[in-house]
Amino acid sequence: MTANGSQTVSTADSSGARSDAAMTDNAPLGSPRVDDAVIESRDLDVFYGDDQALHGINMDIPEHKVTALIGPSGCGKSTFLRSINRMNDLIDIARVDGDLYFHGKNIYDDDVDPVALRRKIGMVFQKPNPFPKSIFDNVAYGLRVQGKDDDVEEQVHTALERAAILDEVEDQLDSSGLDLSGGQQQRLCIARAIAPDPEVILMDEPASALDPVATSKIEDLVEELAEEYTVIIVTHNMQQAARISDKTAVFLTGGHLVEFDDTSKIFENPESDRVEDYITGKFG
Amino acid sequence: MSTDTDTDSFDFDGSALRRKRLLGKAFVGACFAATMVGIVALIALLVDVVTEAWGWLTWEFLTYPPSRFVENYNPANYGALDTGPGGIYPALIGSIYLIVLTAIFTLFLGVGAAIYLEEYAPDTRLTTFIETNIANLAGVPSIVYGLLGLAMFVRALQTGSSLLAGALTLTLLILPIVIVSAQESLRAVPDSMRRASYGTGATKWQTIRNVVLPEAIPGIMTGIILSLSRAIGETAPILMVGAATSMFAPPRLTQPTDAFSAMPMQIFDWARLPEADFQHVAAAGIVVLLTILLLMNAVAILIRNKYNRRR
Ligand SMILES: Nc1ncnc2c1ncn2[C@@H]1O[C@H](COP(=O)(O)OP(=O)(O)OP(=O)(O)O)[C@@H](O)[C@H]1O
Ligand SMILES: [Mg+2]
Repeated sequence: MTANGSQTVSTADSSGARSDAAMTDNAPLGSPRVDDAVIESRDLDVFYGDDQALHGINMDIPEHKVTALIGPSGCGKSTFLRSINRMNDLIDIARVDGDLYFHGKNIYDDDVDPVALRRKIGMVFQKPNPFPKSIFDNVAYGLRVQGKDDDVEEQVHTALERAAILDEVEDQLDSSGLDLSGGQQQRLCIARAIAPDPEVILMDEPASALDPVATSKIEDLVEELAEEYTVIIVTHNMQQAARISDKTAVFLTGGHLVEFDDTSKIFENPESDRVEDYITGKFG
Repeated sequence: MSTDTDTDSFDFDGSALRRKRLLGKAFVGACFAATMVGIVALIALLVDVVTEAWGWLTWEFLTYPPSRFVENYNPANYGALDTGPGGIYPALIGSIYLIVLTAIFTLFLGVGAAIYLEEYAPDTRLTTFIETNIANLAGVPSIVYGLLGLAMFVRALQTGSSLLAGALTLTLLILPIVIVSAQESLRAVPDSMRRASYGTGATKWQTIRNVVLPEAIPGIMTGIILSLSRAIGETAPILMVGAATSMFAPPRLTQPTDAFSAMPMQIFDWARLPEADFQHVAAAGIVVLLTILLLMNAVAILIRNKYNRRR
């Protein structure tokens, strides 16, 4: 029994482009197609050993927008996020089927180097995880490993500024990143992720470990980041998704993408009853 | 004895528990006694050695080569000697060089093997087999390593009974412990650190070098130093590779094929000589050896504490 089993979807922009057949077979409700997609997921399955965590995910992620992934615990949001920058490669038992295109290139092709991919697609984790190094070295880390550290001083400052944390740490760049508060650590991690200037930033519940003030700072930041980056953010917080995202994907239990559309549409008038129930808090 | 099962009233004064409490106390007492036996024996030994050595352990003892005549070691005679005082100098230097070389070898071999096993080796039966056997090797008696060193380095590789042969043999001896403890240190580095590094586009080697190793190195160093302090007191392996019991000149670090002596050998040599006063000389040697050993352990503890506070 699959929620998106044989839905026939007709949306304005569901014409043209890659593997239409697959899309109609497995497409979620809503408008899974966008014209300016950077990332296109086609029938993406992910398995952990024998357990299937994601079932035929089809969605396009627009450029320079914030796309929110929501859904109940265990529905595969983190799994999907990790399959975008191939962090699932680090999990021995994880296996990915199907295609995921980044700028039209299937990142699961044999000739794709996951390290090179991750240099284009940065990541911020649920729990702030700065290195036990100085604030400066934390932000410089990506620049250094990617060999982009010609002008490291300036790049670090710019990144800290964009991550809205420069004012707070400007005169303690040599002190340890671990001495910061949780909210500051998370913004430091965002600075670390954007310093080498990726195109896409993946965020897995970046504010879930933070208090409301720190959370609202991160939210403001996410909206600003969307001016220059494509942001994909997992969140458990419905209001947060409604506030900061342009597009919302609703995953439901079992690893199915049930509906994907403009955030306003999802929150005001979702097509699926189950999505409506989930959003209004009737389950999940 | 109170029958505590068939009373249905509440045993308010705990009389039924009294016997159990007594038993508990007796057990604690026995454990305390057992601890004291160990500590008292150790203190007695130390006091005995230090009193034996008292008055014989001088700066000259540390800086002069050994002598055949027991009078030469006695500070009271220093002024009247025409040959110069007797001391432990060549063996002291031999031991230090031995440890330096062993430290260098184990650092590279031990850390290299640990990184391979922990970070790169595929999770196969062969890997498990190798890891189990490394752990088993840690229990092999040191004289076996001595025999191995004799066959492998002294004979097959023709190093002769040299400083190099001694250091390589001691390396083999402590390598299993170093590998196992280094593996544990690497395993203790949280996965979130590794993920953070991969997430910023680092390669595996960059992740290991910039994130994993800096985190693990204090633990690795502690393991190496503690192993080295075991190696410095070992007599059997260097005896097997043919270290001299007594040397007049210290070996040179730039000439690793020099013959050498080490403190345990020298102490053994003094202890078996007939003149009664040589017992004082041997005791002085033991104090020097113990001091170095305790210093090394202190350094290891300092590194560990500094590292723990930083977290
Ligand atoms: N490393 C792993 N090994 C095995 N199974 C995993 C692993 N990671 C996730 N899973 C399984 O895959 C499914 C989806 O997990 P995932 O972490 O993607 O969910 P999620 O939507 O992010 O949940 P949450 O909101 O709780 O973070 C779950 O059933 C989970 O048990
Ligand atoms: Mg998750």
